[in-house]
Amino acid sequence: MAYSPHTEADHRRMLDAVGVVSIEDLFADIPPAVRADRFAVPPPLTEQEVRGELSRLAGRNVLPRVSFLGAGAYRHLVPAVVGEVIGRAEFATAYTPYQPEVSQGTLQSIYEFQSMVCELTGMEVASASHYDGATATAEAALMACRLTRRDRIAVSSAVHPQVREVLRTYCSGPGIEIVEVPAELAEGGSGLTAPDAAASVLDDDVACLVAQQPNFFGGIEPMRELGEAAHVVGAQLVALVEPTSLAILEAPGGYGADIVTAEGQPLGIPLSFGGPYVGLMAARMASVRQMPGRLVGATRDAQGRKGYVLTLQAREQHIRREKAASNICTNQALCALAATAYLSAVGPDGLREVAQLSMTQARHTAAALEEAGLGERRFTAPYFAEVAVRVPGAARRHAALLERGILAGHPLWTDYPDLDDTLLLAATELTTDDDIAALVDALEATR
Amino acid sequence: MSVAERAGTVADASGRGAAFASPSAGEAATVVEPLIFEASAPGRRAVRFPQPSERARRVATGQPDLPAGSLRATAPRLPEVSELDLLRHFNRLSQLNHAIDLGFYPLGSCTMKYNPKVNEWAAALPGFAASHPVDPAASSQGSLELEWLLGELLREISGFAAVSLQPAAGAHGELTGMLMTRAYHRANGQGETRTRVLVPDSAHGTNPATASMVGYETVTIRSNERGGIDLDALRATLDERTAALMITNPSTLGIFEDQIDAVLSAVHEVGAIAYMDGANLNAILGRFRPGEAGFDVMHFNLHKTFSTPHGGGGPGAGPVGVGERLVPFLPGPQPILAEGDPDTVRRNAWAGRSTPGARFALEEPGSRPESIGRVRMHTGNFGMFVRAYTYIRSNGGAGLRAVSDDAVLAANYLRVRLADAYDLPYDRICKHEVVFSGRRQKRANGVTTLDIAKAILDHGIHPPTIYFPLIVEEALMIEPTETESLETLDRFVEAMHEIADRAGSDPGSLRRAPVTTPVGRLDEAGAARRPDLRHAFGETGAE
Repeated sequence: MAYSPHTEADHRRMLDAVGVVSIEDLFADIPPAVRADRFAVPPPLTEQEVRGELSRLAGRNVLPRVSFLGAGAYRHLVPAVVGEVIGRAEFATAYTPYQPEVSQGTLQSIYEFQSMVCELTGMEVASASHYDGATATAEAALMACRLTRRDRIAVSSAVHPQVREVLRTYCSGPGIEIVEVPAELAEGGSGLTAPDAAASVLDDDVACLVAQQPNFFGGIEPMRELGEAAHVVGAQLVALVEPTSLAILEAPGGYGADIVTAEGQPLGIPLSFGGPYVGLMAARMASVRQMPGRLVGATRDAQGRKGYVLTLQAREQHIRREKAASNICTNQALCALAATAYLSAVGPDGLREVAQLSMTQARHTAAALEEAGLGERRFTAPYFAEVAVRVPGAARRHAALLERGILAGHPLWTDYPDLDDTLLLAATELTTDDDIAALVDALEATR
Repeated sequence: MSVAERAGTVADASGRGAAFASPSAGEAATVVEPLIFEASAPGRRAVRFPQPSERARRVATGQPDLPAGSLRATAPRLPEVSELDLLRHFNRLSQLNHAIDLGFYPLGSCTMKYNPKVNEWAAALPGFAASHPVDPAASSQGSLELEWLLGELLREISGFAAVSLQPAAGAHGELTGMLMTRAYHRANGQGETRTRVLVPDSAHGTNPATASMVGYETVTIRSNERGGIDLDALRATLDERTAALMITNPSTLGIFEDQIDAVLSAVHEVGAIAYMDGANLNAILGRFRPGEAGFDVMHFNLHKTFSTPHGGGGPGAGPVGVGERLVPFLPGPQPILAEGDPDTVRRNAWAGRSTPGARFALEEPGSRPESIGRVRMHTGNFGMFVRAYTYIRSNGGAGLRAVSDDAVLAANYLRVRLADAYDLPYDRICKHEVVFSGRRQKRANGVTTLDIAKAILDHGIHPPTIYFPLIVEEALMIEPTETESLETLDRFVEAMHEIADRAGSDPGSLRRAPVTTPVGRLDEAGAARRPDLRHAFGETGAE
């Protein structure tokens, strides 16, 4: 074993203490009929060999020189200090804070995380984290079903396709029906979810309307009107939001969202091929008893010292078992810590600069393509930091640009067959003017 | 009973006795480390960002403006701190934690083994860390190959036909397994008639909670006097209404289910699915392969068995392995070897070589129409896959077998060494963990298992899991893992003996423990009665 502390003498002493001759004796309780027939795992590697193998694999990924790819995961600056914080072994190698007296570091940092998520979203209570934005949204939909005692949910077709897939999967078990609200994606459409369209599928069997702000295409949804359409029939508004956008866009608490979820990856978490990321969830205090996931609360000890504990655990599986609000146990605590350190590092002004610069560069990208006659915006609505652009021959040119190390966004027709020739281009604060010029030049060269 | 009252009762059952000052009693609490918000001053900054160029600003104005009604009126009150103050705050917070890297952490069921540092090095390689999950397959061959290879290794380790890496944690793997179970029965026209999931009384709480999330009813099966599943009770309960049996093996008592063949036959006889909670896989590597033995589905906990750090509660990773009959229902898309011979690719990878012409990809959407679909975005907690792959390759087959050997030896060593001081309800060879009972101390000295756990803290050791499994009175569930030296185990034995002695000589001191930690026992009932879940920014009337 690569990390064994035991000498031969140690083994002997332990075996003698246990009163057995060999380790084999300790496995005598496994019936011979079910013992492993084979175990053909390759032989051990030394550290230098294993580094060679992992370097080989990492080296086979080709990182683009210039990238406009977003589609739910975004390339942002991760300040060095964030890596320093989450690299602390006292955070990284601790377990769930079940013994609060020796877990105050983790517990207080989660309380700070919950406070920051409440600030960003304008909500009253935030959970300690979920697996990712999609599972947080699915859990939010199930929570809305419990709160309203209804078993249908409505979701806009402008919600991230993968989030809608996860919703379908989570709802398939208990048999919750999903109705889709078609967004205005036709020629000349806004690219948004029309409140009328939402109203036409909402009735008093529907537990919630799930909408995304900005939506999958970057468009700014009429969230207030969508919320009103939901509330008229007693349904909830589940708002899936992008966290950096909240520096500029109205906080969901302000437009009447009942449950807010987000993919927290943009807050200081590396792309890492899709995970680990962190799902955010926030709601109103009145709904807290149906909220899934851990919560940390402040309290004090007998000497009057302030401290933090896992609280309202009567919602959770280890107390309530089959009556729990969710089965979630392990969450994404270290990623939540990264988000906490990130938000502390950038502060309100820095977060606004990130949002503003991302938005400006997305607009710069769209304008540069339009100016050069290379493409035109597919939708009419205002957008945040991601924009759908129709580029003739997009499939061919997307592939050709990739050869040159330029990743021209996400091909939308793979998710929406009607959106032919349309690329979803994302910008962040890391998108430079040179990147945009390189995209324009490369598209020119493939005309 | 209201939820709050129940929470209070739970906390009371464990935190009784201490006289807590009411937070509303007026006196301000002593603060160990202020909240980061309290270090905030307007205009203070840690990180700055560039300004957009003149050209960017100019051309951007031609694009549609955000509607006025969509804008935020007041900025979020995030902290405004210097980088040094930020770092000191989190460093000081970190010092309030116990962690594997600081000391012994024998938390049963959690497998708190050493988290090797080369794993962290690997996960941080820019080729992985900067790899975008929506990158075209041609750009992410390294990530896809690693996922495929890890799936192959987990298949070999578990004896299952196929593996999905998507689930983000053990409970997420359980959910995936039960959703597949439901889809399987539906495909056989029994989706609505099989409504019950059987769960032993020793099960993790996630098992029944998972069954409920999928719309199943949980039926509890009692354990027999040897700590195994009661076969007669099981047979009497199994019928055509049974969708699945979920069991943990070795069980949460640390005992291998020695009638496992009979259990599996009984489950399969009625057409139900056999689910294995793989939380305790660390005990049986190379000894028992659940898929080969006949289980239909199991989740792995990469953050337990395969050494990825727990991170203060996550992230983990909970891949599932399945037998042939559940393969069509696996979540998708799966990473696949689209071109190339699997034997050759494996052989080359085990020798540290790439295979010319091999091509990895994600399954085409819709290629498995019976798939339950995605259980999360992208392909999983990839950073955990890198660490687990590194760990498995570092240990190799022989090393993994030795992991279980030493984990089991250490648990049995503690079983024997502590049996004089604490009651051992199931006195037989255990696997990777051993469950004692503090009932002797409770009856003789009025000292509870909670008191014992808190006294362990004063020895600089993290306590075992307590009050679980539920079928053991005053349970103390100890999992030493394979990476702790004999000296560490002996120090723990001494500490446990000292506490057992003190239970007789000075029980009051145990009830007051811990005294060396940054805070003492906290008022959990008060926290649940008056939830304070976020910073109030000096507002009045905030919760």
